[in-house]
Amino acid sequence: MRAGDGACAAAVSMVAAGFIGLPFLATGAPPRGDPVVGERVYARCIACHSPDRNRTGPLHCGLFGRVSGTAPAYDFSAALREAAITWNAETLDAFLKAPLEAVPGTTMGFAGVADDGERRDLIAYLKMLNAASEACGSVAASNALES
Amino acid sequence: MEGDYERNSNIWPIKNQFETKRNSDKASMSPHNVEEKKENEMKSSQASSRTLLIDTAQESRRRFIRQAGTAAFSGIAVALLGGRSTALAASVVDDAVAQDIRILNRAAAAEHEAVAAYQLGAESGLLQPEVLKVAVAFQDQHKQHVDALAKAVRSLGGQPAGPRKDYGFPVDKLTAQEDVLQFAAGLERGAVSAYAGAIPLFDNRDLSAAAASILADEAMHWAVLRHALGLDPVPGAFFS
Repeated sequence: MRAGDGACAAAVSMVAAGFIGLPFLATGAPPRGDPVVGERVYARCIACHSPDRNRTGPLHCGLFGRVSGTAPAYDFSAALREAAITWNAETLDAFLKAPLEAVPGTTMGFAGVADDGERRDLIAYLKMLNAASEACGSVAASNALES
Repeated sequence: MEGDYERNSNIWPIKNQFETKRNSDKASMSPHNVEEKKENEMKSSQASSRTLLIDTAQESRRRFIRQAGTAAFSGIAVALLGGRSTALAASVVDDAVAQDIRILNRAAAAEHEAVAAYQLGAESGLLQPEVLKVAVAFQDQHKQHVDALAKAVRSLGGQPAGPRKDYGFPVDKLTAQEDVLQFAAGLERGAVSAYAGAIPLFDNRDLSAAAASILADEAMHWAVLRHALGLDPVPGAFFS
Protein backbone atom coordinates (compact mmCIF):
# COMPACT_ATOMS: atom_id res chain seq x y z
CA MET A 1 0.00 0.00 0.00
CA ARG A 2 1.42 3.35 -0.98
CA ALA A 3 1.67 6.06 1.65
CA GLY A 4 -0.33 8.45 -0.49
CA ASP A 5 -3.16 6.03 -0.95
CA GLY A 6 -3.26 5.31 2.75
CA ALA A 7 -3.46 8.99 3.55
CA CYS A 8 -6.15 9.41 0.94
CA ALA A 9 -8.15 6.48 2.27
CA ALA A 10 -7.76 7.79 5.80
CA ALA A 11 -8.91 11.22 4.71
CA VAL A 12 -11.95 9.70 3.01
CA SER A 13 -12.78 7.77 6.16
CA MET A 14 -12.40 10.86 8.32
CA VAL A 15 -14.58 12.93 6.06
CA ALA A 16 -17.16 10.17 5.92
CA ALA A 17 -17.06 9.78 9.69
CA GLY A 18 -17.52 13.51 10.09
CA PHE A 19 -20.54 13.73 7.85
CA ILE A 20 -22.10 10.62 9.29
CA GLY A 21 -21.23 11.38 12.88
CA LEU A 22 -22.98 14.71 13.21
CA PRO A 23 -26.54 13.42 12.71
CA PHE A 24 -25.79 10.64 15.18
CA LEU A 25 -24.97 13.21 17.86
CA ALA A 26 -28.24 14.99 17.20
CA THR A 27 -30.49 11.94 17.30
CA GLY A 28 -28.55 9.59 19.55
CA ALA A 29 -28.72 6.69 17.10
CA PRO A 30 -27.80 6.20 13.48
CA PRO A 31 -30.68 5.82 11.05
CA ARG A 32 -31.14 2.19 10.07
CA GLY A 33 -31.33 1.04 6.51
CA ASP A 34 -34.01 -1.32 5.25
CA PRO A 35 -32.46 -4.40 3.62
CA VAL A 36 -35.68 -5.21 1.78
CA VAL A 37 -35.61 -1.83 0.09
CA GLY A 38 -31.87 -2.22 -0.29
CA GLU A 39 -32.33 -5.39 -2.30
CA ARG A 40 -34.39 -3.38 -4.79
CA VAL A 41 -31.67 -0.74 -4.97
CA TYR A 42 -29.21 -3.59 -5.60
CA ALA A 43 -30.97 -4.20 -8.94
CA ARG A 44 -28.87 -1.29 -10.20
CA CYS A 45 -25.74 -3.27 -9.44
CA ILE A 46 -26.55 -6.53 -11.15
CA ALA A 47 -25.23 -5.65 -14.57
CA CYS A 48 -21.82 -6.26 -13.02
CA HIS A 49 -22.30 -7.83 -9.58
CA SER A 50 -23.95 -10.83 -7.98
CA PRO A 51 -24.06 -11.77 -4.31
CA ASP A 52 -22.55 -15.21 -4.83
CA ARG A 53 -20.22 -15.11 -7.83
CA ASN A 54 -17.58 -12.93 -9.40
CA ARG A 55 -18.69 -11.31 -12.63
CA THR A 56 -17.56 -8.09 -14.25
CA GLY A 57 -17.41 -6.94 -10.64
CA PRO A 58 -16.59 -9.01 -7.55
CA LEU A 59 -19.11 -11.00 -5.50
CA HIS A 60 -20.66 -9.36 -2.45
CA CYS A 61 -21.20 -12.27 -0.07
CA GLY A 62 -18.95 -11.69 2.91
CA LEU A 63 -18.28 -8.08 1.93
CA PHE A 64 -18.62 -6.65 5.45
CA GLY A 65 -15.31 -6.88 7.24
CA ARG A 66 -13.41 -7.77 4.08
CA VAL A 67 -10.45 -5.64 3.02
CA SER A 68 -10.82 -4.05 -0.42
CA GLY A 69 -9.15 -5.95 -3.22
CA THR A 70 -9.15 -9.29 -1.41
CA ALA A 71 -12.31 -11.10 -2.55
CA PRO A 72 -11.24 -14.55 -3.69
CA ALA A 73 -10.53 -15.24 -7.36
CA TYR A 74 -11.23 -11.71 -8.60
CA ASP A 75 -8.74 -9.53 -10.46
CA PHE A 76 -9.02 -6.18 -8.70
CA SER A 77 -7.60 -2.87 -9.81
CA ALA A 78 -4.35 -1.84 -8.17
CA ALA A 79 -6.21 1.17 -6.80
CA LEU A 80 -8.62 -0.93 -4.70
CA ARG A 81 -5.92 -3.36 -3.60
CA GLU A 82 -3.64 -0.56 -2.49
CA ALA A 83 -6.45 1.36 -0.78
CA ALA A 84 -6.82 -1.57 1.67
CA ILE A 85 -10.14 -0.28 2.96
CA THR A 86 -11.96 -2.46 5.46
CA TRP A 87 -15.56 -2.47 4.29
CA ASN A 88 -18.09 -1.44 6.90
CA ALA A 89 -21.11 0.87 6.91
CA GLU A 90 -19.00 4.00 7.06
CA THR A 91 -16.44 3.10 4.40
CA LEU A 92 -19.12 1.70 2.09
CA ASP A 93 -21.16 4.87 2.49
CA ALA A 94 -18.22 7.00 1.41
CA PHE A 95 -17.34 4.67 -1.48
CA LEU A 96 -20.84 4.13 -2.82
CA LYS A 97 -21.59 7.83 -2.77
CA ALA A 98 -18.87 8.51 -5.37
CA PRO A 99 -16.63 5.50 -6.09
CA LEU A 100 -14.19 7.25 -8.40
CA GLU A 101 -13.71 10.11 -5.97
CA ALA A 102 -13.24 7.76 -3.03
CA VAL A 103 -10.80 5.48 -4.84
CA PRO A 104 -9.44 7.08 -8.01
CA GLY A 105 -8.37 4.42 -10.44
CA THR A 106 -11.01 1.88 -9.50
CA THR A 107 -12.49 0.14 -12.52
CA MET A 108 -15.97 0.55 -11.06
CA GLY A 109 -17.15 3.07 -13.61
CA PHE A 110 -20.30 4.04 -11.78
CA ALA A 111 -21.24 7.51 -10.60
CA GLY A 112 -22.55 6.22 -7.27
CA VAL A 113 -25.75 6.21 -5.26
CA ALA A 114 -26.37 9.85 -4.48
CA ASP A 115 -29.40 9.49 -2.20
CA ASP A 116 -28.39 9.06 1.45
CA GLY A 117 -31.43 6.91 2.27
CA GLU A 118 -30.95 4.62 -0.72
CA ARG A 119 -27.32 4.17 0.26
CA ARG A 120 -28.31 3.23 3.81
CA ASP A 121 -30.81 0.68 2.50
CA LEU A 122 -28.30 -0.74 0.03
CA ILE A 123 -25.65 -1.06 2.74
CA ALA A 124 -28.18 -2.77 5.04
CA TYR A 125 -28.77 -5.33 2.27
CA LEU A 126 -25.06 -5.81 1.63
CA LYS A 127 -24.53 -6.37 5.36
CA MET A 128 -26.96 -9.28 5.21
CA LEU A 129 -24.94 -11.05 2.53
CA ASN A 130 -23.04 -13.28 4.92
CA ALA A 131 -22.82 -16.98 5.69
CA ALA A 132 -26.34 -16.98 7.13
CA SER A 133 -27.84 -15.54 3.96
CA GLU A 134 -29.73 -17.81 1.60
CA ALA A 135 -28.20 -15.91 -1.32
CA CYS A 136 -24.74 -16.86 -0.09
CA GLY A 137 -25.37 -20.53 0.54
CA SER A 138 -23.16 -21.75 -2.29
CA VAL A 139 -20.35 -19.42 -1.27
CA ALA A 140 -20.58 -20.47 2.37
CA ALA A 141 -20.48 -24.12 1.31
CA SER A 142 -17.22 -23.48 -0.50
CA ASN A 143 -15.74 -22.07 2.73
CA ALA A 144 -15.08 -18.76 1.03
CA LEU A 145 -16.87 -16.92 3.84
CA GLU A 146 -15.47 -16.62 7.28
CA SER A 147 -18.74 -15.88 9.01
CA MET B 1 -16.94 -3.18 -38.48
CA GLU B 2 -19.64 -5.81 -38.86
CA GLY B 3 -18.53 -9.27 -38.01
CA ASP B 4 -15.59 -8.27 -35.81
CA TYR B 5 -17.19 -9.83 -32.77
CA GLU B 6 -17.67 -13.12 -34.54
CA ARG B 7 -14.13 -13.18 -35.89
CA ASN B 8 -12.26 -12.03 -32.83
CA SER B 9 -14.11 -13.37 -29.82
CA ASN B 10 -14.90 -16.72 -28.34
CA ILE B 11 -18.63 -16.21 -28.35
CA TRP B 12 -19.60 -19.79 -27.76
CA PRO B 13 -18.04 -20.46 -24.35
CA ILE B 14 -21.03 -22.14 -22.78
CA LYS B 15 -21.94 -24.98 -25.06
CA ASN B 16 -22.87 -28.26 -23.44
CA GLN B 17 -24.43 -26.61 -20.39
CA PHE B 18 -27.75 -27.66 -21.80
CA GLU B 19 -28.16 -30.84 -23.77
CA THR B 20 -31.80 -30.76 -24.79
CA LYS B 21 -32.57 -29.38 -28.22
CA ARG B 22 -29.06 -28.09 -28.43
CA ASN B 23 -28.48 -28.97 -32.03
CA SER B 24 -31.60 -27.33 -33.38
CA ASP B 25 -31.11 -24.20 -31.33
CA LYS B 26 -27.45 -23.99 -32.15
CA ALA B 27 -28.32 -24.00 -35.80
CA SER B 28 -30.62 -21.04 -35.23
CA MET B 29 -27.88 -19.23 -33.35
CA SER B 30 -25.00 -20.00 -35.68
CA PRO B 31 -22.61 -17.15 -36.43
CA HIS B 32 -23.52 -17.47 -40.09
CA ASN B 33 -27.21 -16.93 -39.45
CA VAL B 34 -26.56 -14.13 -37.04
CA GLU B 35 -24.35 -12.44 -39.57
CA GLU B 36 -27.03 -12.70 -42.22
CA LYS B 37 -29.58 -11.32 -39.85
CA LYS B 38 -27.28 -8.46 -38.97
CA GLU B 39 -26.78 -7.52 -42.59
CA ASN B 40 -30.46 -7.72 -43.38
CA GLU B 41 -31.79 -5.85 -40.38
CA MET B 42 -29.13 -3.25 -39.71
CA LYS B 43 -30.83 0.03 -39.09
CA SER B 44 -29.21 3.26 -40.14
CA SER B 45 -29.74 4.68 -36.67
CA GLN B 46 -27.82 1.81 -35.12
CA ALA B 47 -24.97 2.33 -37.52
CA SER B 48 -24.97 6.00 -36.69
CA SER B 49 -24.73 5.29 -32.96
CA ARG B 50 -21.76 2.98 -33.41
CA THR B 51 -20.05 5.45 -35.68
CA LEU B 52 -20.67 8.21 -33.17
CA LEU B 53 -19.01 6.20 -30.41
CA ILE B 54 -15.93 5.41 -32.49
CA ASP B 55 -15.63 8.86 -34.01
CA THR B 56 -16.06 10.36 -30.57
CA ALA B 57 -13.27 8.24 -29.14
CA GLN B 58 -10.97 9.18 -32.01
CA GLU B 59 -11.77 12.84 -31.59
CA SER B 60 -11.31 12.45 -27.85
CA ARG B 61 -7.81 11.10 -28.42
CA ARG B 62 -6.95 13.95 -30.76
CA ARG B 63 -8.34 16.48 -28.30
CA PHE B 64 -6.36 15.01 -25.43
CA ILE B 65 -3.19 15.10 -27.48
CA ARG B 66 -3.84 18.73 -28.41
CA GLN B 67 -4.50 19.58 -24.76
CA ALA B 68 -1.37 17.79 -23.63
CA GLY B 69 0.69 19.68 -26.17
CA THR B 70 -0.82 22.96 -25.10
CA ALA B 71 -0.15 22.22 -21.45
CA ALA B 72 3.44 21.26 -22.18
CA PHE B 73 4.27 24.59 -23.79
CA SER B 74 2.00 27.01 -22.02
CA GLY B 75 3.44 29.18 -19.30
CA ILE B 76 -0.12 29.91 -18.20
CA ALA B 77 -0.73 26.23 -17.70
CA VAL B 78 2.42 26.00 -15.62
CA ALA B 79 1.25 28.90 -13.50
CA LEU B 80 -2.15 27.34 -12.98
CA LEU B 81 -0.43 24.23 -11.79
CA GLY B 82 1.48 26.22 -9.20
CA GLY B 83 4.73 26.05 -11.07
CA ARG B 84 4.91 22.29 -10.87
CA SER B 85 6.27 20.24 -13.71
CA THR B 86 4.33 20.31 -16.92
CA ALA B 87 4.58 16.53 -16.73
CA LEU B 88 1.77 16.81 -14.21
CA ALA B 89 -0.48 18.42 -16.81
CA ALA B 90 0.20 15.57 -19.21
CA SER B 91 -0.42 13.14 -16.38
CA VAL B 92 -3.82 14.68 -15.69
CA VAL B 93 -4.72 14.28 -19.36
CA ASP B 94 -3.50 10.69 -19.34
CA ASP B 95 -5.56 10.00 -16.24
CA ALA B 96 -8.68 11.31 -17.95
CA VAL B 97 -8.11 9.09 -20.99
CA ALA B 98 -7.33 6.12 -18.76
CA GLN B 99 -10.54 6.64 -16.84
CA ASP B 100 -12.60 6.80 -20.04
CA ILE B 101 -10.93 3.56 -21.18
CA ARG B 102 -11.73 1.87 -17.86
CA ILE B 103 -15.37 2.90 -18.09
CA LEU B 104 -15.65 1.72 -21.70
CA ASN B 105 -14.00 -1.57 -20.85
CA ARG B 106 -16.23 -2.17 -17.84
CA ALA B 107 -19.21 -1.69 -20.16
CA ALA B 108 -17.65 -3.99 -22.76
CA ALA B 109 -17.14 -6.72 -20.15
CA ALA B 110 -20.79 -6.53 -19.15
CA GLU B 111 -21.83 -6.63 -22.81
CA HIS B 112 -19.74 -9.76 -23.34
CA GLU B 113 -21.57 -11.36 -20.44
CA ALA B 114 -24.92 -10.37 -21.92
CA VAL B 115 -23.97 -12.05 -25.21
CA ALA B 116 -23.05 -15.22 -23.33
CA ALA B 117 -26.25 -15.07 -21.26
CA TYR B 118 -28.44 -14.89 -24.36
CA GLN B 119 -26.44 -17.76 -25.83
CA LEU B 120 -27.16 -19.76 -22.70
CA GLY B 121 -30.86 -19.00 -23.02
CA ALA B 122 -30.91 -19.86 -26.71
CA GLU B 123 -29.20 -23.18 -26.13
CA SER B 124 -31.39 -24.07 -23.17
CA GLY B 125 -34.14 -25.51 -25.31
CA LEU B 126 -36.58 -23.68 -23.07
CA LEU B 127 -37.52 -20.82 -25.40
CA GLN B 128 -40.46 -20.91 -27.75
CA PRO B 129 -39.52 -20.18 -31.37
CA GLU B 130 -40.83 -16.61 -31.36
CA VAL B 131 -39.10 -15.83 -28.09
CA LEU B 132 -35.90 -17.42 -29.36
CA LYS B 133 -36.03 -15.11 -32.37
CA VAL B 134 -36.21 -12.08 -30.10
CA ALA B 135 -33.38 -13.39 -27.92
CA VAL B 136 -31.17 -13.83 -30.97
CA ALA B 137 -31.94 -10.27 -32.10
CA PHE B 138 -31.09 -8.87 -28.65
CA GLN B 139 -27.89 -10.91 -28.53
CA ASP B 140 -26.90 -9.50 -31.89
CA GLN B 141 -27.37 -5.97 -30.62
CA HIS B 142 -25.19 -6.71 -27.61
CA LYS B 143 -22.51 -7.95 -30.01
CA GLN B 144 -22.75 -4.65 -31.84
CA HIS B 145 -22.30 -2.84 -28.53
CA VAL B 146 -19.18 -4.93 -27.85
CA ASP B 147 -17.71 -4.09 -31.25
CA ALA B 148 -18.40 -0.38 -30.89
CA LEU B 149 -16.99 -0.21 -27.37
CA ALA B 150 -13.90 -2.21 -28.35
CA LYS B 151 -13.15 0.09 -31.25
CA ALA B 152 -13.65 3.12 -29.05
CA VAL B 153 -11.16 1.69 -26.55
CA ARG B 154 -8.63 1.04 -29.30
CA SER B 155 -9.10 4.56 -30.63
CA LEU B 156 -8.12 5.87 -27.18
CA GLY B 157 -5.02 3.69 -27.20
CA GLY B 158 -6.36 1.01 -24.87
CA GLN B 159 -6.74 -2.75 -24.98
CA PRO B 160 -10.40 -3.86 -25.19
CA ALA B 161 -11.75 -6.22 -22.58
CA GLY B 162 -12.49 -9.69 -23.91
CA PRO B 163 -15.05 -12.33 -22.89
CA ARG B 164 -14.50 -14.58 -19.89
CA LYS B 165 -14.16 -18.30 -20.39
CA ASP B 166 -16.76 -19.09 -17.75
CA TYR B 167 -19.47 -16.86 -16.36
CA GLY B 168 -20.77 -19.30 -13.78
CA PHE B 169 -24.36 -18.72 -14.81
CA PRO B 170 -27.01 -20.22 -12.49
CA VAL B 171 -27.91 -22.94 -14.98
CA ASP B 172 -29.62 -25.13 -12.38
CA LYS B 173 -32.13 -22.35 -11.70
CA LEU B 174 -33.20 -22.03 -15.34
CA THR B 175 -35.84 -24.69 -15.80
CA ALA B 176 -38.52 -22.86 -17.78
CA GLN B 177 -38.82 -20.09 -20.33
CA GLU B 178 -39.95 -17.70 -17.61
CA ASP B 179 -36.73 -18.35 -15.68
CA VAL B 180 -34.65 -17.48 -18.73
CA LEU B 181 -36.65 -14.32 -19.38
CA GLN B 182 -36.36 -13.20 -15.76
CA PHE B 183 -32.64 -13.86 -15.81
CA ALA B 184 -32.22 -11.81 -19.00
CA ALA B 185 -34.52 -9.06 -17.74
CA GLY B 186 -32.42 -8.73 -14.59
CA LEU B 187 -29.27 -8.30 -16.63
CA GLU B 188 -30.91 -5.73 -18.91
CA ARG B 189 -32.29 -3.78 -15.98
CA GLY B 190 -28.83 -3.79 -14.43
CA ALA B 191 -27.35 -2.62 -17.71
CA VAL B 192 -29.67 0.38 -17.76
CA SER B 193 -28.35 1.39 -14.33
CA ALA B 194 -24.77 0.63 -15.29
CA TYR B 195 -24.90 2.96 -18.28
CA ALA B 196 -26.84 5.57 -16.31
CA GLY B 197 -24.10 5.41 -13.69
CA ALA B 198 -21.29 5.55 -16.23
CA ILE B 199 -22.55 8.34 -18.47
CA PRO B 200 -21.82 11.20 -16.01
CA LEU B 201 -18.24 9.99 -15.56
CA PHE B 202 -16.85 10.25 -19.07
CA ASP B 203 -14.33 13.04 -19.37
CA ASN B 204 -15.38 13.39 -23.00
CA ARG B 205 -19.03 14.33 -22.92
CA ASP B 206 -19.55 13.07 -26.46
CA LEU B 207 -18.75 9.59 -25.19
CA SER B 208 -21.54 10.11 -22.68
CA ALA B 209 -23.96 10.86 -25.51
CA ALA B 210 -22.86 7.78 -27.41
CA ALA B 211 -23.23 5.58 -24.33
CA ALA B 212 -26.72 6.99 -23.83
CA SER B 213 -27.72 5.56 -27.20
CA ILE B 214 -26.71 2.11 -25.91
CA LEU B 215 -28.62 2.71 -22.68
CA ALA B 216 -31.76 3.38 -24.72
CA ASP B 217 -31.33 0.03 -26.48
CA GLU B 218 -30.87 -1.82 -23.16
CA ALA B 219 -33.98 -0.13 -21.78
CA MET B 220 -36.02 -1.31 -24.76
CA HIS B 221 -34.75 -4.87 -24.22
CA TRP B 222 -35.79 -4.69 -20.58
CA ALA B 223 -39.27 -3.41 -21.48
CA VAL B 224 -39.83 -6.13 -24.07
CA LEU B 225 -38.71 -8.84 -21.66
CA ARG B 226 -40.98 -7.51 -18.92
CA HIS B 227 -43.87 -7.50 -21.38
CA ALA B 228 -43.10 -11.11 -22.31
CA LEU B 229 -43.18 -11.97 -18.60
CA GLY B 230 -46.63 -10.40 -18.26
CA LEU B 231 -45.28 -7.46 -16.27
CA ASP B 232 -45.80 -3.75 -16.80
CA PRO B 233 -43.17 -3.06 -19.45
CA VAL B 234 -42.51 0.46 -18.19
CA PRO B 235 -43.01 0.36 -14.41
CA GLY B 236 -41.94 3.91 -13.67
CA ALA B 237 -41.14 7.36 -14.99
CA PHE B 238 -37.56 7.51 -13.70
CA PHE B 239 -34.75 5.01 -13.33
CA SER B 240 -31.27 5.20 -11.98
